[in-house]
Amino acid sequence: MVYSKREDGRKFDELREISAKVGVIKRADGSAMFQIGDTIAIVAAYGPRELHPKFLQNPERAVLRCNYDMASFSVTERKKPGPSRRSVEISLVTEKALASVIDLELFPNTVIDVFIQIIQANAGTRCAGISAAAMALAHAGIPMRDMVAAVSVGKVGDKIVIDLDKHEEDFEEGATDIPVALTARNKEITLLQLDGEVTKDELMQAIKLARKGCEEIHNVQTQALKEVYREDKDG
Amino acid sequence: MDNEYIISLVDQGKRLDGRKFDQHREISVEINISKNSEGSARCKIGDTEVLVGVKMDVGTPYPDSPDEGSIVVTTELSPIASPDFELGPPGVDAVEIARIVDRGIRESKAVDFKKLCIIPGEKCWIFFIDIYSINDDGNLIDASALGTLAALKNTRFAKLENDKVVFGDFTDKKVELEKTPVTFTFVKIKSGILLDPHTREEKAAEARLSVAVHNGKIYAMQKGGDKGFTESEIEVMLDLAIKKEKDLKKIIEKAK
Repeated sequence: MVYSKREDGRKFDELREISAKVGVIKRADGSAMFQIGDTIAIVAAYGPRELHPKFLQNPERAVLRCNYDMASFSVTERKKPGPSRRSVEISLVTEKALASVIDLELFPNTVIDVFIQIIQANAGTRCAGISAAAMALAHAGIPMRDMVAAVSVGKVGDKIVIDLDKHEEDFEEGATDIPVALTARNKEITLLQLDGEVTKDELMQAIKLARKGCEEIHNVQTQALKEVYREDKDG
Repeated sequence: MDNEYIISLVDQGKRLDGRKFDQHREISVEINISKNSEGSARCKIGDTEVLVGVKMDVGTPYPDSPDEGSIVVTTELSPIASPDFELGPPGVDAVEIARIVDRGIRESKAVDFKKLCIIPGEKCWIFFIDIYSINDDGNLIDASALGTLAALKNTRFAKLENDKVVFGDFTDKKVELEKTPVTFTFVKIKSGILLDPHTREEKAAEARLSVAVHNGKIYAMQKGGDKGFTESEIEVMLDLAIKKEKDLKKIIEKAK
């Protein structure tokens, strides 16, 4: 049960290396890439745009539609292209993680589409997708009240850790995976899932750890967004 | 409206981005862009971008070719790449691109399917080649074909244990390419024949032709669009493709 050392040499409260870039897909209204360790997500945001068929429209606000998809070659054993029960659920929780910070009321009857493509996977893909999606939405110029960053925390063996990699998720003697998304200013938790077994104290400790990690991710997001506007100004 | 503008440009011998009719946009190819695949590549032609990944599995040979393996090419025209694409199973455009790429590899025997046989009649390698569009700025066909070649050329075999793949483990054995057929796509707009069409040029086009060439020979072709080509137009396109073959080869060879 004792988990004494992380295979990649990280401290238990240390994130893998992060990099982020905004404006990676020209055709999209907004786009971003977010990499954490060996996990890479690229995201395009389109809209607000007309929503068809019409009966899906909401006269009071825009509909936020997220689609999470893993490339067939992003994992070791080929994933059959197209949606699965897993990807449908992740798309849904991603919508819920992002919706509260977007001023959807400003654009009734429209849709804001967010497409998340995981091109290389080593755990934490839904969180990477959410962190990238928040940047893509901001880049698209969609009015947002706050930013969102996400990271997975959890328990591996007897330790509370942040940003589990695939080895840790598959830890033989048990691992608990807790993806968390947090808004930057209000520290509201907009995504929270859990697979495994923890005590309440452990969970609260894990959430604290997520908070610290999300702050770090938020800094990287802000930096990447500033970078693209600096380029726009120069060029 | 936009089509009329594109046509008026062509009438003056011009293109949207100032290119000559027989000129490609800048092409770049990057390999090994996704670690869990046996082979992968990113191909950019101007702002058009596709990702190609090769995954391997062990399957059963077809009864009519018991000593051969096979390839399966799939294209995802993902809505990430364009406001014109929608979610859902591959539509006709995606299927067409996958089939053009598939034929370029298969018909040229770029990959010797006999070398993919493990136990005749029982077990063989199957290569799953999956193409994802990331940004559609026109000519996804050539980007997909070129990305596929680059990915295949840099593909290592998966590890086998008791004739089963050990997922995530790779060998040092590379896939050998017998040929590297490169694909060129042209469109006809009025009397102009344009290489490497931009999205807006594709929309204004009357006809389209894709040609895969290797060492001056033609291995696969596909005509698209509602109208036809004259014989002399076909000849112009074939000559150009053969003339420019080595330019694309160089890009694949230099890919890092």
